[in-house]
Amino acid sequence: MSQRFLLSRRLLGTTALAAVFAGRFAHAQSREIQIAAASDKPGNIDMQLDVNGETHKLSLDPRTTLLDALRDHMGLTGTKKGCDHGQCGACTVLINGVRMNSCLSLAAARDGDKITTIEGLAEGEKLHPMQAAFVKADAFQCGFCTPGQICSAVGMVAEMQRGAPSAASMDFDAKPVGSVEEIRERMSGNICRCSAYPNIVAAIVAASEGAPT
Amino acid sequence: MARIIGEPIDRIDGHAKVTGRAIYAADDKASKLAFGAIATATIATGEIKSIDTNEAKQQPGVLLVMTYENAPEQAPWVAKAEDPFARPKPQFADKKIQYFGQPVALVVAETFEAAREAAALIKIDYAVTKGSFDLEAPGAEIREPKADNVGKAAASKIGDIDTAMRTAAVTVDSTYKTPYQNHNQMEPHASTAEWTGNLLTVRTAVQLVESAHQCIAATLKVPPDQVEVIAEFIGGGFGGKLPVYGDAILAALAARELKRPVKVVLTRQQMFHVTTHRGASVQRVRLAAAKDGTLTGIAHESLAQTARADDFVEPIVAPTRSLYAAPNRLTAQRTAVLDLPIPGSMRAPGEAIGLLALEQAMDELAVKLDMDPIELRLKNEPKEDPEKHIPFSTRNLVPCLQQGAERFGWNKRNAKPGSNRQGQWLVGMGVASAIRGNILRKAEAKVTMNSATSATVEMDMTDIGTGSYTIFAQITAETLDIPLEGVTVKLGHSSYPITPGSGGSFGASSCGAALLDACKKLKAKVDKGEGPQGLTAMGKVAPGDEYKKFAQFAYGAHFAEVGVDADTGEVRLRRMLGVFDAGRILNAKTARSQMIGGMIWGVSSALFEESPVDTRYGSFVNVDLANYHVPVHADIPAVEAIALSAFDGYANALGSKGVGELGICGAGAAVANAIYNACGARVREYPITLDKVLPALS
Repeated sequence: MSQRFLLSRRLLGTTALAAVFAGRFAHAQSREIQIAAASDKPGNIDMQLDVNGETHKLSLDPRTTLLDALRDHMGLTGTKKGCDHGQCGACTVLINGVRMNSCLSLAAARDGDKITTIEGLAEGEKLHPMQAAFVKADAFQCGFCTPGQICSAVGMVAEMQRGAPSAASMDFDAKPVGSVEEIRERMSGNICRCSAYPNIVAAIVAASEGAPT
Repeated sequence: MARIIGEPIDRIDGHAKVTGRAIYAADDKASKLAFGAIATATIATGEIKSIDTNEAKQQPGVLLVMTYENAPEQAPWVAKAEDPFARPKPQFADKKIQYFGQPVALVVAETFEAAREAAALIKIDYAVTKGSFDLEAPGAEIREPKADNVGKAAASKIGDIDTAMRTAAVTVDSTYKTPYQNHNQMEPHASTAEWTGNLLTVRTAVQLVESAHQCIAATLKVPPDQVEVIAEFIGGGFGGKLPVYGDAILAALAARELKRPVKVVLTRQQMFHVTTHRGASVQRVRLAAAKDGTLTGIAHESLAQTARADDFVEPIVAPTRSLYAAPNRLTAQRTAVLDLPIPGSMRAPGEAIGLLALEQAMDELAVKLDMDPIELRLKNEPKEDPEKHIPFSTRNLVPCLQQGAERFGWNKRNAKPGSNRQGQWLVGMGVASAIRGNILRKAEAKVTMNSATSATVEMDMTDIGTGSYTIFAQITAETLDIPLEGVTVKLGHSSYPITPGSGGSFGASSCGAALLDACKKLKAKVDKGEGPQGLTAMGKVAPGDEYKKFAQFAYGAHFAEVGVDADTGEVRLRRMLGVFDAGRILNAKTARSQMIGGMIWGVSSALFEESPVDTRYGSFVNVDLANYHVPVHADIPAVEAIALSAFDGYANALGSKGVGELGICGAGAAVANAIYNACGARVREYPITLDKVLPALS
């Protein structure tokens, strides 16, 4: 039997899915946070980062990556550093809804962008459908790659919704079908050494199927 | 009483892990935190002639530069100890360099960026001496150890293998090679240390909290009661976090010096040299059989790397002593003393690579006998442990093989290599057995009733992704007859009752049995009308005679289907099934995840993983995740694991056996055997990359 199944016309083909996933990036309220800036340090540069709907005004060493800015200067340690070289995906966050390795971006380059981290996906205690699906499918073991896997999965579903093809796409001109082969190909930038891969794919499928139409 | 133990309950720490709230060692948010960066040696053997730290010190924000010239006094390294992980780990003890990548300097700065740059500016002149880096080169110092890393005899001999080989109808005499492998947990080794007066607190990434506690106290020469170790969440262990490394010691030393908290994290690149790895091996397997497949002789000899600074002996041939019956037997292990980083345990030390050889040799024998490889294994099923001559506590290899064959559709396999071509792909199936020794270690647990429906568990055990938090909640809820939601599980703190920690697949059974004991005692008190609020009970477990009277193992059977590209030799896993007996399963969901994870590690050992050594410099070559290949999503299609319903009453009161390492045992051999069935390529040097498959295709 073909392993191909449809994430769907039903879902990927409707604007409803866009509301479920992409809608998470639209932050209803924005408030400003002034980090006690070491502005007396020569060579630092000022920046304003919009993370999970909050504006952080920072003065940082220009070499600071977005990953280190999140972890060391904003207290958002949910985003993990697995390699610092863009090889493992543990640091994946969403920049204006697009997934990106935060270790490969300087923080200063993200001034003005809307950044969503793992801490910004749930609404209060109510988990994002992708987060809930990961728990139910046991799509992790140690949990260290998990924030990156989840952010990547959310961004990936949005990519398919936009019609972006992958190396696994059978027809580059047609809208991608959410087959497990597509999901595996598109998620291959996120390493899980515990090797929860079958469960991660199952979680992504379930999150997509469970989304309201 | 509701049945909770064994149920496929979602992880109780799942919410924390999917929201980013789980705090790992590098996530500590201590105020005034300073950042450490380690500089490592660029030679493997010799000593530091001079070290220039001036430029590093002048960098803005640098607070401290530590080298052997100014490192505080620490306890010396000792070659042997009962608990090797509790040994002192002195850093920068002298100018001597013992392996490439050895930490030689620490820079602590106000920011990570400043520390990293300053560490790169330290200039070191070395006097290089000649080292030995090649496992197979003539002239390497070869040892014949008496015991392996767990204290068992390194060699065994029963009957006469040479005569058996000479007189057998059919024989196999093959040599297999396995490469250096690195754990590459997703979480790099990290420590955050803080002194409050005389009390040192270290949050670190470690599997064995008490060993780390003893190690840090011993190294710094402070009383253990002035050190606390915290490891609430660990981003993968796989044996590589049994010890702590320089990050823990250096963070503690620097924090004391600077009177402020210090975080030190290894880079991904540093992990390859600073931490342990699995040593490479060369293994010779000899099998002698009668025409009907009855084994008359079995021999397994190994040569593996050990380090000059340590004496780790991976028990590579251990599984061969108990897997199949044969009257004439020989196992032997030698080590080559090399000036490489120190090897250590990596997921299923011994079985993981020993079975890559033995289970491929069995497949070779089946081919020579023109016999189904499952039939061959069934034919040689022992009635008792073939070397110890004691009964097995349980022995379920046969049902694993039979049920797996049925579910996988083994009867559709054509034994002739190359006979199943599907377009570009040559498709084949392979099988292999799994066996993994079952271990119970001394453990203690404490449980306290908070109310009639809630309780708190305390143990210094860790959850390295195995599901410890969840299974302990299940054991507690069921035994105390309280709701699962009422159980709070506190792990990973050195002030909690001492357990063996996570390692050797002994954690769940050892800690679980101690906890069961505590809960039963507590329930008895409650039933007598005591408490319940504030009522406490301690429980404990220790291995008894059952481990001497019975040979205890977990078992499994792996079935793999691969496709080999007929032109390029590219190998793709198509599907895989494992059927296991690990005694009673404590949580069907988390156990399945561990089994699948282990199987994928097996696939990885067969197809991907390898750390080649540059024998000119004594360094590993491919020290990052772009070059050290581990499987990614696209490499792993349908993988399924099934656990037989079982209970081993001799193992412990829970009836459970270790499951974390079982999945990797034999899994890679099933893939290798599937490659042979697909295309006729018998590759005895792992990993089986396409360059090794190609010659068989032309």
